[in-house]
Amino acid sequence: MPANRFNNFTNYGIGIGLRVPHYQHILSQKPTVDWFEIISENYMVDAGRPLKVLDQILEQYRVVQHGVAMYLGSTDGLDREHLRRLKRLVKRTNTPWLSDHLCWGSVDGRYTHDLLPLPYTFATAAHVAQRIREVRDYLEVPILVENVSSYAEFCASEMSEWEFLSEVVEKADAGILLDVNNIYVSSQNHNFNPYDYLNHIPHDRVGQIHIAGHSKFEKYILDTHDHPVLDPVWKMYAHVTKLTGPTATLLEWDDRIPSFDEVHREALKAGKFCKELLHAPVHA
Amino acid sequence: MPRSTPDPRGVKKLRAIQRAFATGIMRPLASGHRMQSKWIDGKSARRAVAEFIKPNDRLSSFERLEIYNKQYWFRLLDSLHEDFPGLRTLIGEDRFYDLSIAYLTKHPSDSFTLRDLGRHLEKYLANEPRWTASHRELARDIVRLEWAHIVAFDGEAFLPLEIDTLLDGGDPAQLKLGLQPCITFLACAYPVDDFILTVRRREEPRGEASNAMNERVQRKAPKKFARPQPEKIWLAVHRSNNAVYYKRLEEPAYLICSALQKGLPLHAACERAFRRRKTGPDFGTKLQGWFAQWASFGWFYRVE
Repeated sequence: MPANRFNNFTNYGIGIGLRVPHYQHILSQKPTVDWFEIISENYMVDAGRPLKVLDQILEQYRVVQHGVAMYLGSTDGLDREHLRRLKRLVKRTNTPWLSDHLCWGSVDGRYTHDLLPLPYTFATAAHVAQRIREVRDYLEVPILVENVSSYAEFCASEMSEWEFLSEVVEKADAGILLDVNNIYVSSQNHNFNPYDYLNHIPHDRVGQIHIAGHSKFEKYILDTHDHPVLDPVWKMYAHVTKLTGPTATLLEWDDRIPSFDEVHREALKAGKFCKELLHAPVHA
Repeated sequence: MPRSTPDPRGVKKLRAIQRAFATGIMRPLASGHRMQSKWIDGKSARRAVAEFIKPNDRLSSFERLEIYNKQYWFRLLDSLHEDFPGLRTLIGEDRFYDLSIAYLTKHPSDSFTLRDLGRHLEKYLANEPRWTASHRELARDIVRLEWAHIVAFDGEAFLPLEIDTLLDGGDPAQLKLGLQPCITFLACAYPVDDFILTVRRREEPRGEASNAMNERVQRKAPKKFARPQPEKIWLAVHRSNNAVYYKRLEEPAYLICSALQKGLPLHAACERAFRRRKTGPDFGTKLQGWFAQWASFGWFYRVE
């Protein structure tokens, strides 16, 4: 697994998202899992069961924090209370890196609780990059930004999504959490070739990969995280791992969550691609 | 690494786009879960949305924003649906759905976490009694208990004082005790604890989501529940071993606890209870028993 400065020079393997329906199984059966990803906001509470369970998980497993509410692309000021709680959690988990989305979700103090797309402009990229630097300076942990799935494109956009992502991470000197499923979903919704995306991002900045399932509707695809990973996404995953090298990978399954074993089995399929890479002949 | 300062004009344009987008998605859905056809200025929404969102070969600009409009409402309505099963059962699913839309329109989320979504609901219902017309007081008790449950689940708690520390802490009359902030003390006109517990037993927890979107969850038809009859009760909604409990209290115990939580010293809190209620000769023993029990629950901390 390539260790780089964006994932704090770690070699994590295949992880799965820590979800409430699996708490009991994990704590009682103690399955072998490379690492768990937690949704930071679920544990940015003062006390109670969420933190108790997290502490028990931390005794046995490596944990990485993934956020859904930092809203790096919002134009409201950074939410200092949110950051304070996040930092407290970072100290608790000792997460080697921290990720959140390249999106916005609040304006004028009103929260949509959604990961909304940004217009792909140079001005937006500079704005987001500055916020990422501020957040990183405060949290003192490497930041990875994740590409979101989207259903709308802005008239104001000046570049493709992968150019925008590249512009942001270069300006912020940040890493990428590459969500392969999100690229597939957006490629279908916006008619672009997902391999153009995979081929044109700075591969040396990819610190983690997400895979997940989605749902097809008549005129668009929704990023539902309620299915196994579909074949086109596995093919893209295989392709991108050849470009990045085997990278810490996380399966997201957030709705209609099956048994822990089923989720784990699905996640471990990713290991097959990584093993093939490790055993592939080296070409000069 | 070159650093460029964001162009204020660019950020202003971005803010304008975000305001327009948020305006579109936070407005209530029209019938059939469609986005409203009129924009806030009364003009065509199709035209307004086309000014900032591109169409594609399958969807108009309007239809693309509509996906977000639906997801916004499905996500927030699901959250309130899960947090207030008692109120929903009392007033019925359809009325609760309409109430939720009206409430969220008046009080959009002002917190990064959906956990806080219902924090203004009690106040909202007090100002808008039409939603709970014939059982206003019962609805108020239910909402207060359901919000107290959320607070008790993950609210703040300090290092608890053990009973021995409590007794060895010098002059007990002058001891300033704090009651854990995650505990809520309620005086209710109805036995809503039994009601909520019965309702909660049939509820299933919502799945978590990160970047996930879901189509509207189809709800089961609600079971009928007997409406509680008036009966004054006093409750402590607290957390013990990371589980939430509703503990019934006698009125003097409630008075002492709520006074302590407001910051009164121990002797003043007890005096308040004595003044309000006649107490028998065995009251001292009873008081000692209460404090021992409350300390065993970890309710107290030392106020420095």
